[in-house]
Amino acid sequence: MSESVQSISKTQYLADVAQAAKSPGPKWLLELRKAAAVRLAELEFPNRRQEEWRFTNIAPIVNTSFRSMVERLAIDLRAADIEPFVFREEGWTELVFVNGFYQPSLSRIAAASTNVRCGDLTAAAGSVVEHLDRYGANGNIFTALNSAFLAGGAYVHIPAGQVMEHPIHLVFVSAGRSENTAAYPRTLVIAEPQSQAVLVESHVHLEGNVPYFNNSVTEVVVKENAHVHAYRIVQEGASSYHLSTTKVHQAAASVFKSFAVTLSGKIVRNELSVLLDGEGADCSLQGLYLTGGDQLVDNATAIEHAQPRCTSWIGYKGVLDGRSHGVFTGKIKVRRHAQKTDSKQLNNNLLLSDEAVINTKPLLEIFADDVKCTHGATVGRPPEEVIFYFKSRGISEAMAQGMLTCGFCDALLSQMELEPVRQRLDNVVFERYSPI
Amino acid sequence: MLVIENLHATVEGKEILKGVNLAVRAGEVHAIMGPNGSGKSTLAHVLAGNDAYEVTEGRVTFMGQDLLEMPPEERARLGLFMAFQYPVEIPGISNAYFLQAALNEIRKSHGQEELDAMEFQALLQDRMRLVAIDSSFAGRPVNEGFSGGEKKRNEILQMAILEPRLAVLDETDSGLDIDALRIVADGVNRLRSPDRAMIIVTHYQRLLNYIVPDFVHVLFEGMVVRSGGKELALELEAKGYDWVKGLGVESGSGLALAQS
Repeated sequence: MSESVQSISKTQYLADVAQAAKSPGPKWLLELRKAAAVRLAELEFPNRRQEEWRFTNIAPIVNTSFRSMVERLAIDLRAADIEPFVFREEGWTELVFVNGFYQPSLSRIAAASTNVRCGDLTAAAGSVVEHLDRYGANGNIFTALNSAFLAGGAYVHIPAGQVMEHPIHLVFVSAGRSENTAAYPRTLVIAEPQSQAVLVESHVHLEGNVPYFNNSVTEVVVKENAHVHAYRIVQEGASSYHLSTTKVHQAAASVFKSFAVTLSGKIVRNELSVLLDGEGADCSLQGLYLTGGDQLVDNATAIEHAQPRCTSWIGYKGVLDGRSHGVFTGKIKVRRHAQKTDSKQLNNNLLLSDEAVINTKPLLEIFADDVKCTHGATVGRPPEEVIFYFKSRGISEAMAQGMLTCGFCDALLSQMELEPVRQRLDNVVFERYSPI
Repeated sequence: MLVIENLHATVEGKEILKGVNLAVRAGEVHAIMGPNGSGKSTLAHVLAGNDAYEVTEGRVTFMGQDLLEMPPEERARLGLFMAFQYPVEIPGISNAYFLQAALNEIRKSHGQEELDAMEFQALLQDRMRLVAIDSSFAGRPVNEGFSGGEKKRNEILQMAILEPRLAVLDETDSGLDIDALRIVADGVNRLRSPDRAMIIVTHYQRLLNYIVPDFVHVLFEGMVVRSGGKELALELEAKGYDWVKGLGVESGSGLALAQS
């Protein structure tokens, strides 16, 4: 039954892909789309019989024929429309993409004091775009879908040795969307050796309740000794679907730190995979998901230790309310050669209602023998003795719960070094949960 | 201020308190001593309203009201404070934020204006000096990563801010070295006042060298078996707890003495 429904929506996608293939672009883009279209035809949408999707029902996405927005929508956004989503901090570069397409008039590029290049992906140099679809994109139908429809997106190239003083913020806005349309935000980041950069990727929306689908792909290449801090905020519409795939490739002695925060969206799945492909690389993946209503939010993290002496840390926290459903996976693969691997993961969940559900699981595949891998997960409410401590100081249970929920989130947010982002998220948490 | 009559309480079905009588008036400091398992901490938790303990018999009147009918937060708002033997850690909530919320809940219940952040900061700085606590405590999450001594001092700081009518100190001396003990005791002594009463629950006489009580009660097997002045603590220290095992319950012990 579901198979036949799948093929109907896939037939639609393939027809649209054939149409999209005709839209003009540089040669590399036409080739990329063509290769992706071939993969798309071969691959099937995932189902719950697959381990990675066991708890995540994306039938509402798979069973709908989303029409792909391959053309720029003639939508006239003003600076005021995007004001709530940008930071306008001194020195920041903020690139705005509407339904996946670059909008120079809404963007602000900080005075070019550096050699950093960034902007519309379709205008990027050949040495940059050659990285597209290189890092484990094969086998994933959603990245194939994204590449097959690729017509815009963001790129950031940080030259060797360049230490960026200020962040680059990529703002993906869904606006003017009609029902059941799909957009394909795409980001490529190359941090050359010894470079350092801070990136923020936001996925936000203007309308209220239109069911739209964003299928986002981000590829990050962190070369030798480079440092990348990446913040990701998903704040999609209440009826919308957001599937994202982030692939990170790390070379020797590189550092990648990410904070991924999901605030809204009907079904959200963030897949974040890191390949530690050089000795002594270090990665830290932290995240926070705040759910309510009948939301489904899935964070699927995966780190592959391919080389010796790499360290990794996964720390995700969730606050689940209403009838919402959270899924967390922390997959660690340690190849035979990757001795002295040091990997830790922790997933803490606070359930605010009896009907909220969380499925959390570590998946460890370890083929080396000299490694340290630890994992842990907690699910529940604050212990009685903690609530009693509040009460004994004159604070009611309801107020204690609110304060503890804020504190639970703050313990993670306080580790964010990027002050304006932290401040904004602090405010979201405070408004949602603070009893005061 | 506080009258405990024939108090019986159980924990997980086991009777721990078997008829405690005690009366405490404003300005008095009472020490409750006893061997391990005598019911000292149970008494403190029953007074504070911990529902892990079930009261099966007896009455407790605090400020003329039926204490046992009140939820813990109302007891606190009425002026009861327990310094915990094992203060819990609360990650993500700063000491200052926690205490400001607590103080304002208490103030609201008395119809007083809430303190804003500025006013509260001033009060906090003042009280931190009073109990000799470093000002960095304010921003740290409540008790998280604190040493044993720091946790106990933090309890005394909370007491200094909340200004209770009756403070119950549950083994505040346990786990403290002599320097930490002195700092905690100094803090407590500064908070002694004619309109505030204190109940010091302790296993050892040591603390009472620094906080000199008006009355000492010996709790054994869930009952007050002897009451006296501060010299009773010294007698207990000299003779050891084996001595109390031979004592029967003095008639009206605790209650009679304090009311006399």
